[in-house]
Amino acid sequence: MAGFLGALTGLGGGVVIVPLLTLVFGVDIHYAIGAALVSVIATSSGAAAAYVREGYSNVRVGMFLEIATTTGALVGAALVLHLRVSVISIIFGVVLLYSAYASMTEHADSSANTGPDRIATWLKMDSAYPTPNGLQSYHVRGVPQGFGLMFVAGVLSGLLGIGSGAVKVLAMDKVMKLPFKVSTTTSNFMIGVTAAAGAGVYLRRGYIDPGLAMPVMLGVLAGSLIGARMLAGAKVKVLRMVFSGVIAVLAVEMIYNGLK
Amino acid sequence: MEKTEQRMDEIMSRLLRTGVILAAVFVLAGGVVYLARHPTPVTNYRVFQGEPEKLRTVSGIFHEALALHGRGLIQLGLLILIATPIARVAFSVVAFLYQRDWTYVLVTLIVLGLLVYSLLGGAG
Repeated sequence: MAGFLGALTGLGGGVVIVPLLTLVFGVDIHYAIGAALVSVIATSSGAAAAYVREGYSNVRVGMFLEIATTTGALVGAALVLHLRVSVISIIFGVVLLYSAYASMTEHADSSANTGPDRIATWLKMDSAYPTPNGLQSYHVRGVPQGFGLMFVAGVLSGLLGIGSGAVKVLAMDKVMKLPFKVSTTTSNFMIGVTAAAGAGVYLRRGYIDPGLAMPVMLGVLAGSLIGARMLAGAKVKVLRMVFSGVIAVLAVEMIYNGLK
Repeated sequence: MEKTEQRMDEIMSRLLRTGVILAAVFVLAGGVVYLARHPTPVTNYRVFQGEPEKLRTVSGIFHEALALHGRGLIQLGLLILIATPIARVAFSVVAFLYQRDWTYVLVTLIVLGLLVYSLLGGAG
């Protein structure tokens, strides 16, 4: 079970864990979210270790936005107490559907990089990233809107035990106009911190069970190692289609379960 | 300037990797102890009960882990895992201090404060 789960997560992120644990193994959603948060930290920190070194991620942008995501995560984790399980399931399903849609759509790099932005300049966010042709500099835009979206991403992360990578990339990519490489790596860098804020609250509340988190965490770590290796040789487009399909089915199941 | 920033990145990268590996080692060790003592785990995850007090607090987890209880060891590993991004943020505070970038010293301190708050107090 752990291996299967891990391999899937290595391919597609934490969104799979909660539906799989609740729908297939009948685990209570609170335990499932706790275990998922823990594994999200594991994969994010592992991957971030590699990305930071390559110099793609923008630490300033990440740190600044983490104020929004961690606050959001605390709000989300507090909300869990007040929402009924069926409501959480439905929200989860909707978010899943969105991420299935997001991973289906092709990415176009917003290379139309316009002039500097006042707030971003004041926060010294403009930076450069390595390309085959040397360093490519870029400007950051839309800081307030990005900050707002990041708060939403944080709430979802704390509420559902996911990394909300899709929302984070949306905020940095579309709103703040960061280059794709930079937004994905910076988002990964932020996911761990956001999940840690949620996990802290879950741990104190007794939602993180060692017997359940152990196989999930180890499986996910192993799976992300294997997954990364498998991805290197696989047809990404086909994988992405299959994965979106799986997510969509899980999403419908979660919503159906919530409505029942 | 560029040199020190690169150096910082490298330390940060090593910090993250060490944290994850250390956490995995504790979780694995705890898992072995746990499964050796309870070959067929009886815990029922269908019904939510919540963990006992000793597996919820930082001091309680250390106590359980030192007693070499399987569940305590796993929980300590998970605690290390949660602490890894927090350590990274703490390290960033130092890095920005070093660069005399006061705006970002403040930004990172806010994030660090929120994280410590989530783990140690309030909103329970």
